[in-house]
Amino acid sequence: MHKDYWRSNLKILIILISIWFMVSFGFGIIFSDFLDQYQIGGFKLGFWFAQQGSIYLFVVLIFIYVYLMNKLDKKYKDQNDEEDKH
Amino acid sequence: MDTQSLTYLFVGLSFALYVGIAIWSRAQSTNDFYIAGKGVNPVANGMATAADWMSAASFISMAGLIAFLGKDGSVYLMGWTGGYVLLALLLAPYLRKFGQYTVPDFIGTRYYSNAARLVAVICLIFVSFTYVAGQMRGVGIVFSRFLEVDINLGVVIGMCIVFFYAVLGGMKGITYTQVAQYCVLIFAYLVPAIFISILVTGNPVPQLGFGDTIVDSSTYLLDKLDQVTTDLGFNAYTQNSKNKIDIFCITAALMFGTAGLPHVIVRFFTVPKVSDARKSAGYALIFIAILYSTAPAVSAFARINFIDSVQNVEYQSSPEWFQNWEDIGLIAWKDKNDDGLIQYSAGDALEGTKPKFVEGEGNYGERLVSNNANQANNNEVYIDRDIMVLANPEIAQLPGWVIALVAAGALAAALSTAAGLLLVISASVSHDLLKKTFMPKITDKQELLYARCSAAVAILVAGLFGIYPPGFVAQVVAFAFGLAASTIFPALFLGIFYKRLNMQGAIAGMLSGLIFTSSYIIYFKFINIEFNYAQHWFLGISPEGIGFIGMMINIVIALAVSSFYSKPPEHVYEMVDNIRRP
Repeated sequence: MHKDYWRSNLKILIILISIWFMVSFGFGIIFSDFLDQYQIGGFKLGFWFAQQGSIYLFVVLIFIYVYLMNKLDKKYKDQNDEEDKH
Repeated sequence: MDTQSLTYLFVGLSFALYVGIAIWSRAQSTNDFYIAGKGVNPVANGMATAADWMSAASFISMAGLIAFLGKDGSVYLMGWTGGYVLLALLLAPYLRKFGQYTVPDFIGTRYYSNAARLVAVICLIFVSFTYVAGQMRGVGIVFSRFLEVDINLGVVIGMCIVFFYAVLGGMKGITYTQVAQYCVLIFAYLVPAIFISILVTGNPVPQLGFGDTIVDSSTYLLDKLDQVTTDLGFNAYTQNSKNKIDIFCITAALMFGTAGLPHVIVRFFTVPKVSDARKSAGYALIFIAILYSTAPAVSAFARINFIDSVQNVEYQSSPEWFQNWEDIGLIAWKDKNDDGLIQYSAGDALEGTKPKFVEGEGNYGERLVSNNANQANNNEVYIDRDIMVLANPEIAQLPGWVIALVAAGALAAALSTAAGLLLVISASVSHDLLKKTFMPKITDKQELLYARCSAAVAILVAGLFGIYPPGFVAQVVAFAFGLAASTIFPALFLGIFYKRLNMQGAIAGMLSGLIFTSSYIIYFKFINIEFNYAQHWFLGISPEGIGFIGMMINIVIALAVSSFYSKPPEHVYEMVDNIRRP
């Protein structure tokens, strides 16, 4: 039971941390020059990710994590309650 | 009212507010003093964390640094926000579940060793004092420029305010004062940014404004900035000039360092539930992102306004702010071609970079410096990057009340961070050193008294740093983040995610991270300063980014050493299982 909870938790973490790495180190640094050939308004895309986009996505990532973990906590709690009844 | 009296009014009112809140929220017990009785609402805690985090460096220095670094400055933007993702996902919920008072508490208990606790306390005190020194310099600059009082008197006033609410209120007082300070500082940051954005691009949202076209033209602001900077011999504003490995490592060191900073982590001990710790990290990052997404816009506006308002202008008719900042020694002008006009371009204007002012005036009334002109370029202007945010409203000719507001905001940023740091220092002394190590028999009341005393001593030491600023403040910032990344972060992370790690592994890891990182930084920043450039660095990694390599070394050594010794005892396994449960 605890093992399942922990495994689901790790899965969420690995996915979210990969996205975190991709938007900051990926788009903002490693592929930044490549992305600079595209432009949104006056921003070159790589520059925008480095100075704006990554920050916004960090906020979004944390709230996705909060949502997924609350769901997982609830599921785990419901299952626990089930077991107590038996 | 003139700007001067408005500044006194705004600063006075904000100080009165902080003291009022401190009296209302006094701490009654050690629980109140260390972690605010675990009763702080997650949104309020998010705001307090944001104020705690955004220091004089974020408020005053960061936008100025980015204005001169251009795209290379992104390391600060990503580094100082991305760490919150790590904190929210990998540390905060578990440490909150652990439910103790301090970061060394966790390390001492998880690795069942007072030696590990002691190593953590040493790292923590070093990191925190490094940081406090920077805050006090910020307080000094604001007081001397805007209130025209002596820097020392300014520092003493700042100390008294912090003393009052930190010693009296502990974490509880600090938390609620920081909520107020956040409101003051964010308002003070946004108002001039919005004004300037409207003036330059006609767009009231600075985050969009700096990607917009300049008023009455179809040229994008950033394109013009690229043009102007390359014309003057600088690197193009939207392009990197540092190598990618270095940018990668600096960003990583700042991110992992942020997640390992004790004064930030301890904020998540103050909320009622584990789920609140996660939510609180999210709110904190929203509040931080409001300032951090505005900062690069401020940088771009400041760079273009600065160049526009001084380039080829006669010194005698130069703007008032130029001479005001010259008066306190943060701007200098040396007329190399003797034409009475200010010329600004790439390169150091003076030999030895920083101006050494001497008595007397030059041909045009400028302050004389004893440095020789640097003949390798035509640049005539020395400008300290720290002044860009403070000077920005004046450069853009905004009304006096905006300038007064910025002064109050800068003080809020410096004081809120200083208070948070002082509390972490005092808690680690009274709780980790005295209660848990040397004097286990003291009662809760006595511990609270010791906590208050050590807070008072810490404030005195911080004040001394402000009055006699060590010349190495800028250099030691690399230290604070490097050490947090290479010692504290891996110990916490592995402690939660790798049960098998034992005492021997953890201590060996922390010590190797500590020794590697600090010797690299000391070698390049203090011993062989003339070698401090890319050819001599390990893989081209600057001392600012070496903390990331230190962290890798820590993890590898910890895992290797750990495998030679027996497993941790059963109760540690149970403890880790327990913090992994919601």
